[in-house]
Amino acid sequence: MAVKENRKIHKFKTELKRNKTAAFALGFLVLIILVSVFAFLSPYPPNKVDVMNVLQQPNSKHLFGTDELGRDYFTRAIYGGRISLTVGILAMLISTSIGVLVGTVSGYFGGRIDSILMRFVDVISSIPWMILVTVVSIYLTPGLKAIILVIGLFTWMSTARLVRAETLSIKEREYVLYAKSSGQSIRKVIWKHIIPAVLPTFIVASTVSIANAIIMESTLSFLGLGIQQPLSSWGSMLQNAQGSLGNAPYMAILPGLLIVFTVYSFNKMGDVLRAVVEPKTSGK
Amino acid sequence: MLKYIFKRIMGAIPLLIIISIICFGLIQLAPYDAVDAMTTPNMSEKTIELIKARYGLDQPAYMQYFYWIKGILSGEWGYSIVTHESISHNLSTRIPNTILLVVPAYILALILSIILGLFSGAKKGKLVDKIIDGYSSFGIAIPSFWLAMILVFIFGYSLNLFPILGMHTIGSEGSFPDLLSHIVLPCTVLTLSFLPELVRYVRSSTIGQLSEDYVMVQQAYGAGATSILFRHVLRNVLLPIITIVGMSLPMLVTGAVVTETVFGWPGIGTYFVTAIRGFDYPIVMAIMLLSSSLVIIGNLVSDILYSIVDPRIKGMGE
Repeated sequence: MAVKENRKIHKFKTELKRNKTAAFALGFLVLIILVSVFAFLSPYPPNKVDVMNVLQQPNSKHLFGTDELGRDYFTRAIYGGRISLTVGILAMLISTSIGVLVGTVSGYFGGRIDSILMRFVDVISSIPWMILVTVVSIYLTPGLKAIILVIGLFTWMSTARLVRAETLSIKEREYVLYAKSSGQSIRKVIWKHIIPAVLPTFIVASTVSIANAIIMESTLSFLGLGIQQPLSSWGSMLQNAQGSLGNAPYMAILPGLLIVFTVYSFNKMGDVLRAVVEPKTSGK
Repeated sequence: MLKYIFKRIMGAIPLLIIISIICFGLIQLAPYDAVDAMTTPNMSEKTIELIKARYGLDQPAYMQYFYWIKGILSGEWGYSIVTHESISHNLSTRIPNTILLVVPAYILALILSIILGLFSGAKKGKLVDKIIDGYSSFGIAIPSFWLAMILVFIFGYSLNLFPILGMHTIGSEGSFPDLLSHIVLPCTVLTLSFLPELVRYVRSSTIGQLSEDYVMVQQAYGAGATSILFRHVLRNVLLPIITIVGMSLPMLVTGAVVTETVFGWPGIGTYFVTAIRGFDYPIVMAIMLLSSSLVIIGNLVSDILYSIVDPRIKGMGE
């Protein structure tokens, strides 16, 4: 197992060397995560109002300029990124956990449990996500917790389908059949043999899932249904920027670029990991 | 063939029923009384009782569900609790506006994606492919509302070329050139947001087709690359696109929620977002029911179409 893991890591490294955009994506993600973690090092507090310096263009003192209340936009973008990434990562954790659980249970047990669970997946997936997520959000008090839950609880269906298909083939492999016939409990078989085997799929699905969650969060916040004041995310910063688009376009351009590059980088990492995990498709 | 179609339709009906139960359940959960949509504060208790009896609101919940379904099927979708207007009337005036925006954008995106995807797939690994593929993976990462804002800034504020709000200039409601100039920006945003995924699909489908045996046979007979691409590959690439077109049926209603909101386009998207912000539950549920039904019907249609163009698929559903 250990040798195999090392080979995969090695393959990941060669893939990064070969693929310049993938290396850029990884670098960008590392940078953005570091900046979010060390956000408190910024010389300006994110909510400090400065009426003397309202709507300044980007300059040497304020790298991204200032907003309509004179707050340093660079600092706000960093703190906004913190929120966007938090939502992305936590929503991904919820969504992929449910997806892996439903997928393995459904695939492993088959029969009636499988058809009930998959029917359930069919039902939820037939409601367009925009509609589903917004409808559920009006029943909750809007805010950070609500948006993480809403995105996490209603985006696991594709992961569940993927993991189920994978489980169907894994459960027929000899080592799983042996574990079953040697009298190991079902929980142990799933936990020790099935889940590790679907892990690669899970990792690929999770990077894409973070990217999707960030887009969803920013869209909902842009519509005013997501992150609420005093917190702000890249999406809600863009909603705010819409009001002064005519005289302060940089307020719209900068958070948007951050979203684009972050989402692009997570998607790219997903592609690279997929190539590492599934050698068959890497030739594409 | 007919048996397969019948089976698929039978499979979709329970799904529709479950969705309708979910929508009804969510309306019941909502913190308001359905009768509020039809009453005014100065009505007497007695009048309210009468209205309740007339719409079956004094019955138990499961009976109300049947009344509600009967209403939906006969085109009576209830009333907004904010404006007290008829929902079916509002929907029928707004859906055409959304269609007017979504259909041209989708057709444009489809044509462009076939051209770009075919080129990119045929020249796999070359510079053209790198540019097109790079564009599509970047395009997927661009949120449509941001794209809309950027276009509004460039073409609306800076160049002042196109209007950025609504569907008509006040005073020239009937003028076609005026409508056209209002449509340009939102339609561009939609086209560009539909495009990347379609290009990716056509590209990978082209690459898949080019490795098929029939291509090798054609090459062996000395057919040129262009002739193979347009005579044989194109046909096989276009077939699966039918399924995608079928699946995009719900876009006629919900395809442009965000774009409509940015441009203040009077379609279903703005109607929905306004209803969500105003907690107008009956409207929200009506749109949810409508769009989910379209998803189910769209999947059904695309399955059936596909089984007609490619009869091999039938056996796989067994």
